[in-house]
Amino acid sequence: MYILKLIFRNAFRHKLRTWLTVLGITIAILAFGLLRTVISAWYAGVEASSASRLVTRNAISIIFTLPLSYEERIRHIDGVKIVSAGNWFGGIYIDEKNFFANFAIEPRTFFDLYPEIILPPDQMAAFIRDRKGFIAGRKLAERFRWKVGDSVTLRGTIFPGQWDFVMRGIYRGRDKNVDETTFYFQWDYLNEKMKKTAPQRADQIGFFMIGVTRPDIASEVAQRIDNTFRNSIAETLTETEKAFQMSWIAMSQAIVTAIQLVSFVVIFIIMAVMANTMAMTARERIGEYAVLKTLGFGGGYIAALIFGESMIISLIGCACGMAFTFPAANAFGDALSNFFPVFNVERETIYMDIAAALLVGAVAGIFPTWRSVRIKIADGLRRIG
Amino acid sequence: MSLAQTVDTRPIVEIRNVSKSYRRGSQTIPVLQDISFDISEGEFLALMGPSGSGKSTLLNLLAGIDSVDSGSIVIGGLDITNLSEMDLARWRAVNVGFIFQFYNLIPVLTAFGNVELPLLLTRLSGKERREHVNAALSMVGLSDRMDHYPNQLSGGQQQRVAIARAVVTDPTVLVADEPTGDLDRVSAAEILALMGRLNRELGKTIIMVTHDARAAEKAHLIKQLDKGVFIDVHS
Repeated sequence: MYILKLIFRNAFRHKLRTWLTVLGITIAILAFGLLRTVISAWYAGVEASSASRLVTRNAISIIFTLPLSYEERIRHIDGVKIVSAGNWFGGIYIDEKNFFANFAIEPRTFFDLYPEIILPPDQMAAFIRDRKGFIAGRKLAERFRWKVGDSVTLRGTIFPGQWDFVMRGIYRGRDKNVDETTFYFQWDYLNEKMKKTAPQRADQIGFFMIGVTRPDIASEVAQRIDNTFRNSIAETLTETEKAFQMSWIAMSQAIVTAIQLVSFVVIFIIMAVMANTMAMTARERIGEYAVLKTLGFGGGYIAALIFGESMIISLIGCACGMAFTFPAANAFGDALSNFFPVFNVERETIYMDIAAALLVGAVAGIFPTWRSVRIKIADGLRRIG
Repeated sequence: MSLAQTVDTRPIVEIRNVSKSYRRGSQTIPVLQDISFDISEGEFLALMGPSGSGKSTLLNLLAGIDSVDSGSIVIGGLDITNLSEMDLARWRAVNVGFIFQFYNLIPVLTAFGNVELPLLLTRLSGKERREHVNAALSMVGLSDRMDHYPNQLSGGQQQRVAIARAVVTDPTVLVADEPTGDLDRVSAAEILALMGRLNRELGKTIIMVTHDARAAEKAHLIKQLDKGVFIDVHS
């Protein structure tokens, strides 16, 4: 306990220097936490993926479609439990800056496949009943202040024209990593309009979402689906939902890698700053360490004093940084909800914050400890006066 | 009490053929050359000499904070020149009390905390430590200042705290390196009087390095060093 008292008093001997160092660590941990959260947000779709769901798309590219007739054939493949179809719609609400994801889906099967999307039963019934109906995630509805019954018009880009919808429900995510910023409407509405305006594009599906009977047979089922359509006019590529999501992230892997790198550079910089602070501190106290050694205290005690001080400063900075990370992430998430529908500080990020702070504290303490423990008492005493 | 009554004739410190040199670049500079002498128990010895004469080096060797090149130093029957760093640290904690020129108190600890510091290396309980610290501070007349930090004390008071820290473990030998060097005349006189009391009343063996002839007069024995050898001895 005595040593703890001494460590704490030493840590705050130069209050301004210590608090400036704490501030530096706080900012570094905050920046590190936010950057790690950005990376987590990037992978949120992957994390939310189910191991028992597959996605089938055109083998050439996602921008090519598949015939609607595949749906029934897939449904009869061994291991397939449920099939639902969807299209990326790419509609714009008033202005392009109001971007949000919007999909045409088959509601009857979609909700069976995605139990993590929670829609009140009355709203679900209303959505299924109304061909022009749509549902939006809670965050999206809040963003545009939409209420059930509101009319909303999207301007089609992939499917040209003005598309009128009526809001029939607001869904919530069962888990916190469920995207609550998506707009879903009935695929039948899309298809019927296509039949009238562009018949050659009718009965075409962007991707099939498939539920398998058991997660462990997912890859076998994927293989069976692709084999079924081999050498057909539209060959398929079936992969797990996770792999499908990862393929999107792979397109921006360089950005993710750059963010990861920057997050570690931030920690490296603060490590250098902290090491400098501790080196200065230990150099100033070399005489005191010599006195302690003279009195009979060993190198271990001196090392504990320096390491303890380094750790305390680092961990105080870490605690402050973590405390600020949550409100900052909320503000950041709100401001960038177009790009990051899910922006939560993960538990792993907190663990990484703590690990980073411990690393900073330990590394910063190594050199001054080594110097102070090794210095000869007579040399240390000569520095006094 | 007379000198003869105070000093035990048995040597508590036996120094035999001690030599010490320092290296500066490629040069070897001899500091002490074949020094031999004894210090009796209860002795108050002053080491004097010009700067660079080797007196502080000799004090450091006697206190076990520097190592000899050759020769032996036996204190209380133990040859400390054969001890490892760790054993030497343990030995110092029990056998040597230090009084420095610049007091060398830990600024973040109160007078009480500074005096308690050496006791942390003992097996004493918290209560026993408190009793020892109170007794030591009372002996140096600073019971009323035990909660003061060093920067709240005068130079003389800080040195008295340092003396309390030096004696709190009841060491075999007290070593003092210019204990009055940073003090005004009045404070210096108080410190020397206190050291005299420690020697007379508690029978502490004191080895003091000083430039100050008035300080040296308080000692029973004055040894003059020059260029690493003794040139004169006064009683």
